[in-house]
Amino acid sequence: MASEAVVQRRSVGHRLADLFHGRRRLQVGALLAGPIGWLVIGYLGSLALLLVAAFWSVDPLSGLTIKSFTLENFESLFNEPVYRDIVWRTVRTALLVTITDAVIAFPIAFYMAKLASRRGKALLVIGILLPLWSSYLVKVYAWRTLLSANGAINWALDPIGLSGPGYGTTAVWLVMSYLWLPYMILPIYAGLERIPNSLLSASEDLGASPFTTFRRVILPLSFPAVVAGSIFTFSLTLGDYITPRLVSNDQFIGNVIFSNIANNQPFAAALALVPIVVMIAYLLVARKLGAFEHV
Amino acid sequence: MRRRNGNPARTAWLVLAGLVVVMLAIAGCGGGSDDTTGGGGSGDEALQKVGNGEGQLNLISWAGYVEDEWTKPFEQKTGCKVSDKEAGTSDEMVELMKTGQYDGVSASGNATARMVAAGTVAPVNTDLVPNYKTVFSDLKDQSYNTFDGVNYGIPHGRGANLLMWNKDEVKPAPDSWDVVFDPKVASKYKGKLSIYDESSYIADAALYLMSHQPDLGIENPYELNQEQFDAAIDLLKEQQPNVGEYWSEAAKQISAFAGGDVTVGTTWQYQYFALKEEGAPVAASPASQGFLPKEGATGWSDTWMIAKDAKHPNCMYEWMDWIVSPKANAQVAEYFGEAPAQELACKETANKNFCSEYHAEDPKFWERVYYWETPLADCGNGEENCMDYNDWVKAWTSIKG
Repeated sequence: MASEAVVQRRSVGHRLADLFHGRRRLQVGALLAGPIGWLVIGYLGSLALLLVAAFWSVDPLSGLTIKSFTLENFESLFNEPVYRDIVWRTVRTALLVTITDAVIAFPIAFYMAKLASRRGKALLVIGILLPLWSSYLVKVYAWRTLLSANGAINWALDPIGLSGPGYGTTAVWLVMSYLWLPYMILPIYAGLERIPNSLLSASEDLGASPFTTFRRVILPLSFPAVVAGSIFTFSLTLGDYITPRLVSNDQFIGNVIFSNIANNQPFAAALALVPIVVMIAYLLVARKLGAFEHV
Repeated sequence: MRRRNGNPARTAWLVLAGLVVVMLAIAGCGGGSDDTTGGGGSGDEALQKVGNGEGQLNLISWAGYVEDEWTKPFEQKTGCKVSDKEAGTSDEMVELMKTGQYDGVSASGNATARMVAAGTVAPVNTDLVPNYKTVFSDLKDQSYNTFDGVNYGIPHGRGANLLMWNKDEVKPAPDSWDVVFDPKVASKYKGKLSIYDESSYIADAALYLMSHQPDLGIENPYELNQEQFDAAIDLLKEQQPNVGEYWSEAAKQISAFAGGDVTVGTTWQYQYFALKEEGAPVAASPASQGFLPKEGATGWSDTWMIAKDAKHPNCMYEWMDWIVSPKANAQVAEYFGEAPAQELACKETANKNFCSEYHAEDPKFWERVYYWETPLADCGNGEENCMDYNDWVKAWTSIKG
C-alpha cells in the first residue's frame, strides 16, 4: 500500500514536471496567476463593482439595492451644494496638509541626508518611525485630549495669554499634518540621499551661492521625491474620516460615505468615486512633474 | 532570444484575460445569490415548537446587553454557547443582519422596520416565550415591533434620551429643550452644545416643534411631511453654529464633557453615569430624577428579533425567553441603566427603588417618550407623503454642512 502511494505521488509530480517542461508560457502563467489574480479579482474587481454599484439605486425602506441603471446618485451629488462644499473642503485640506508636510519635511530630510552624523541619522530615522509604531487611533485621541478646552495646549498657552485652536478645521489640519509627516520625510530623505555630494561641491566651485545651488541643483533633483511623498500625504488625507470626526464637526468625503453605507450603498459608491477621480487627476499631474522617473 | 522564450508581454495578457474570465464567472455566481426581491417577511412562518438547543448562539447587541453575569447562567442552563457582536449604531445592526451570520439582534425601533422590510428577520411566536406574558403591556404590539399585526420580537427594555448639563456652567438648571433649540437661549452656550450625530436627531427637533409650533400639526416626530420636515431642518440649521460637538460614540461625549469642551446637550444614561462616576459636575433630567424636559423626549425601546434564516433558532428562542426572565431582565436593566421590559423584574433588582427611579411601572411617564422609529414614506394616516429614512440621512449631512 505504502509503496504504491509513493509511486502514485511520484508519478503525479512527474506528470506535473512533464506538463511544465519546455512550456515557458505555462510556467510564467502559473507563477503569476497568484499575484495577478489578487490584483485583478481582489482589487480591480472590487473597484469595478463599486463603479457599477454607483449606477444602482436603493429601496428606501429595506436598504436593499435595486439593480437597474440610474443616474440619480450623480444628480444629487452634483446638484446639492453641500456635497460640493464637502468635496472642496476635503481636497483643500489635503492640499494644505501636503504643502505643510513638504515644508516641514524638506529641512529635516536634508539635515538627515547631508549633514547629520551616522549616529544622528540613525536617531532621526528612529524618531520619525517611532510614531508609526503606535495605533493611528491612539494618536488621534491623544491629539483630541491635547486640543481639549482643559487640555495641555491651552494650559501651556494660557500664561502668555493665548489659547489653542480648539476643535475645528485648524485642528484637523494640525493633526493630519502630524499624522502623515513621516510619509513625506522618508521619500524626500531617500531622494536627497541619492544626490552625490560632489554635485554640491561642483556647484560651489563654479561660483554658485548656496541659494542658487539649492534652486538649480538640489530642488530639481529632489523634486520627484517631494511629489512622491505628496502622493502619500494627499491620498491619506483624502481618505481619512476618523480625524475629522474626532477633532472637529467638519464632514469629509469619507464621513458622508460612512453615514450612507448602511442604508444607501449605491450613493456611498457614487461618493467613493470622487476621491478616486481626484486621485487619478493628482497622479497624472504628478507624472507630468516627473515623480515616476528615476524610480 | 525572444523567440525561444516566448513573448512575455503576450503571456501576461493571456494570463490577465484568463483571470478576467474567472472573475466574471465568480461575479456572476455571486450576483445571483444576493437577490433584491427578499423584501417583506410577512409570509414567513414563525417557529411552532422550541426543540433542543443547537449548542451555539450568535447575537448582535448593544454594548452592555450581553454580559457574563446573566449570559453564563444561560449557557449553563441551555447549553447554547453565546457569541456576541456589539454594534455601535442602528445602521450597523441593519448592515450586520444582512450578512446572515447571526441568529438574533437587540434592535432599536429605528432599525426594526428596515430589518423586516429587508427580510432579514422572522416573526416571533410569542407563545413559545413564557416570560412574554408578564412583559409590560404598553411595550407589546407597538408599531416598531409588530408589523401587519404580526409580532417580530420580544421587548427588552426602554429609556429616554436625556438632557444633560454642566452644573457649574449652566444656570439655572434647564427644564426645557429651549437650552439647545431656542436661538436666544442656546446662543448663551455658543460652541458648547453637545448634539447626537445621527439623522434620528431630527426627531428631537420635531418633538420640540410639536409643543412650540403646534400649528405645524406634528403628531409623531418620526412621521413628518415636507413642511414639517423643513421646519425641523431649519431649526437644526439654526442650531448648528452653536454646536460645540456632534457625538456618536459615547466615549467621545464623555471626554468632551470631562474636558470642558461642551456644557449642555443630549445624552444617554450611560454617559451620564460614567461622568458622575468620574466626578464631573454634570446633572441631567433623567428618568431617575422623575422628570423629562417639559416637551418630553425621544427615547428607545429595544426588541430582540430572530434572524429569518437563523442557524440556531431554538437557542434564540431560549435566549429571548431568558433575557426577559425576571432575574436576567433586572440584571441587564440595572447594568445598562434602562427601564426593564419585564414587570416581575422590579422585584429582582439589587436597588429596590430601581423601577420607580426609572419609571418602569409608570405608563404616564412613557407617554411623553417618543421611541425611535424608522421614518417611512407611509405617514401612518393613509398618506404616503412623509420623508423616508434616506431623506433624513441626506438632510442630516446638509445640516452639518
